[in-house]
Amino acid sequence: MSVAIKYRIGKSTVFQALVMVLSFACVVPLIFILIYILQAGITKINWHFLTNLPKPVGETGGGIANALVGTSIIIATASVIAIPFGILCGIYLSENKNSKLAYWSRLCIDILQGVPSIVIGIVAYFWLVKPLNGFSALSGSVALAIMMLPIVVRSTEETLLLLPDSLREAAYALGMPFHRVILKVIVPCGISGILSGVMLSVARITGETAPLLFTAFGNPYLTTDITKPMQSLPLLIFNYATSPYNDWHDLAWGASCILLIWVLLLNIFTKLITRKWKVQL
Amino acid sequence: METSVDKVLKPAPLKNGAGFNSQKTPETVSTNKRLKRSHRQIRAENIFRRTIMIVAVATVVLVTGIMVTLAYQSRLSIQSAGLGFLWGKVWDPVRDIFGVYPFLLGTLLTSFLALIISVPFSFAVALFLGEYFPKGWMPDLLKNTVELIAAVPSVIYGFWGLAVLVPIVRTFESAIGVDAIGQGIFSSSLILAIMIIPYAASLGRSMIQMVPSNLKEAAYSLGATRWEVIRMVILPYTKSGLFAGVMLSLGRALGETMAVTMVIGNTSLIPKNIFSPGNTMASVIANEFTEADHPVYLSALIELGLVLFVVTVVINMIGKRLIKGVTK
Amino acid sequence: MESTIVKSVNYNAYFGDNHVVKDVNIEIPRNTTIAVMGPSGCGKTTFLRGINRMHELIPGATAKGQILLNGEDVMEMHPIFVRLKIGMVFQRPNPFPNLSIYDNVIAGYKLNGIKLPKAEKDTIVEHSLTRVALWNEVKDSLTKKGSFLSGGQQQRLCIARAVAMEPEVLLFDEPTSALDPISTSTVEELFHELKKNYTLIIVTHNMQQAARVSDRTAFFYMGELVEFDDTKTMFTNPKDIRTQNYITGRFS
Repeated sequence: MSVAIKYRIGKSTVFQALVMVLSFACVVPLIFILIYILQAGITKINWHFLTNLPKPVGETGGGIANALVGTSIIIATASVIAIPFGILCGIYLSENKNSKLAYWSRLCIDILQGVPSIVIGIVAYFWLVKPLNGFSALSGSVALAIMMLPIVVRSTEETLLLLPDSLREAAYALGMPFHRVILKVIVPCGISGILSGVMLSVARITGETAPLLFTAFGNPYLTTDITKPMQSLPLLIFNYATSPYNDWHDLAWGASCILLIWVLLLNIFTKLITRKWKVQL
Repeated sequence: METSVDKVLKPAPLKNGAGFNSQKTPETVSTNKRLKRSHRQIRAENIFRRTIMIVAVATVVLVTGIMVTLAYQSRLSIQSAGLGFLWGKVWDPVRDIFGVYPFLLGTLLTSFLALIISVPFSFAVALFLGEYFPKGWMPDLLKNTVELIAAVPSVIYGFWGLAVLVPIVRTFESAIGVDAIGQGIFSSSLILAIMIIPYAASLGRSMIQMVPSNLKEAAYSLGATRWEVIRMVILPYTKSGLFAGVMLSLGRALGETMAVTMVIGNTSLIPKNIFSPGNTMASVIANEFTEADHPVYLSALIELGLVLFVVTVVINMIGKRLIKGVTK
Repeated sequence: MESTIVKSVNYNAYFGDNHVVKDVNIEIPRNTTIAVMGPSGCGKTTFLRGINRMHELIPGATAKGQILLNGEDVMEMHPIFVRLKIGMVFQRPNPFPNLSIYDNVIAGYKLNGIKLPKAEKDTIVEHSLTRVALWNEVKDSLTKKGSFLSGGQQQRLCIARAVAMEPEVLLFDEPTSALDPISTSTVEELFHELKKNYTLIIVTHNMQQAARVSDRTAFFYMGELVEFDDTKTMFTNPKDIRTQNYITGRFS
């Protein structure tokens, strides 16, 4: 009898230990990756690296200025498209919970969330690259905007649904029109949730490579024209990492390091802002 | 609610509004301002309502557009190969033979292998955070770190895999006596396994936290151990939620492009075993799309994209339906 | 001696197929305090929300009939105009959590985008807060967020917010049910003050409160307006057997 109980307790303890070991084991690769990238990349980063263009094969040195500028432009354009669109759609979904349109729109957002990024790239190719006769940063931005959309919509919708109805009623009872109720009361009260969704979506698309392969395409030179092919950090990492040249690998490590730091910072900032801007209800 | 918008209303006569109170208070002046302004507000209100509705319609149009584009652009390939497309064992663009069986196999092998490796870890994290240690700084740290796994860009996983993991796998392969290539399905699965841990883990955690404590307490009061509570109460209660998490992870693995493209070795041959190099549907598209020099070739790649789209959407939808069923 | 300010004619309200307010006809005189009482689920709150067209904000809610404000049918007016003239205070205090106390009082102007000179705003804020007897308590912390106040103070802030808009009618939906007894009595005292300038319609489930604060009382039962009379008459000599039963506590 007591042996049986001891056996059961022992089994339980063993399982708990197993759970703990496995849980912490899955953090290990991440830490390895972070340390490795930071080690390999941080030494490559200096002023020269940030402000110069890549050198052709064989010459040492060179930088990633074109990719930094390109990524900024592509991300900014994508944000300009996706953020207002996403927030408005989130507002529609939270304000018209049960309408037929909301059902279909929600379904479509769900679908969009699961679409592989490469497929978005294909679609952007046919929507913008082919009709405009050439790869362009704009087509890349549109592809990334489509990827951002579900995250922004969902976080907006979920945040707004959590706000109490009493808030809406208070605003309506003062004779406020619908758009002011939303823009002056509801959105400001949910701003931390909306903002965190926006920042996470930006963090996510900064690292996206696949949709840019046949849209923004990449460009060894510096350009700010969004109708021309443009380099971006993840594209540069992909192209240089898969090349056989050590100099290019070095550039790619430096670029990876910068990309990683940016993504980590965005994630940390998101956490901080969510906490700081939270409106106490 | 909508009916109130449709009625365009005449301005309320001011005399009704201003009569009862003392005429000289500042409020009366602002009452007039208020009413005058309100007409503009009503117009703005209607515009705003219409705008957000148009935006919602646009999402539907967008997704429909994506499907139509994929279907339309792959019509050449669908016409020329039909269903044989899926079972054809040879992919040879030069001779215009497009069979995607090698890529289907590559995709399924990498994804399921990754799933098998990652699920125990995901569930362990889910149990750790959902049941054993739901509060405290250490679980918080673990939770944030696991979420960070999903935040690292896939191209960085790919690069790291190429530089660090592939040589290790190569050594391992020569030790067990298979072709020591390093790049291949096995390496891809390992990278994917790491990348997809957070999806099943975070969903699993929230599902486990939803188990009513009175159920658990009932089991404890009968003398059950923690493990028995997990097995008899928590797992049965959360099984469809956990399965949904696995589905989301799988959907992610199937569609993942960059990391896989960088370490899978990129060959169109049918993989012989899990250590062989291969290609997945996504990696073929990434590699060959800009090289596709004639319409049928391009169309075949798009059809591949269409298949990928349908498969991932179906899997994600199953996952989402399951979640909805559980949370209701 | 008194003129009618709000009048309802065959007013009916529904939630989907659920008929919650049935054929209500009532005439409410200017500058009086009306208590609306009845057991829970009797339609009293729905009727109140119908007066300023808040009822229709709930999905699936519809209404038929007329509600006349100064002889004009609010069902034909745009809800914005209705709500500018008929203020409302809710069961739970709901100050805007993102605004300061000062901004909460002038929220009706600020959030409607009406620009007022600073001096006028100051006047309105002081005036409104004084009327709800809150000015002395908060005049030194006007920049603090409204949600830092106590429940009773928050509720008075919400009343001040409604008063600042200078409406003609103020609707109260069980305004003290979330408050402690002391805050409740402060709010009740306010009603006597406010009556001088406004018409108050107060929904309450508390009979004592109805008796204390109102000039007239309406009794709702099962969606119908059973009786509407002077409060004193109502409580001493109800005409309808249902009112009698309710007042004597024979059903809840």
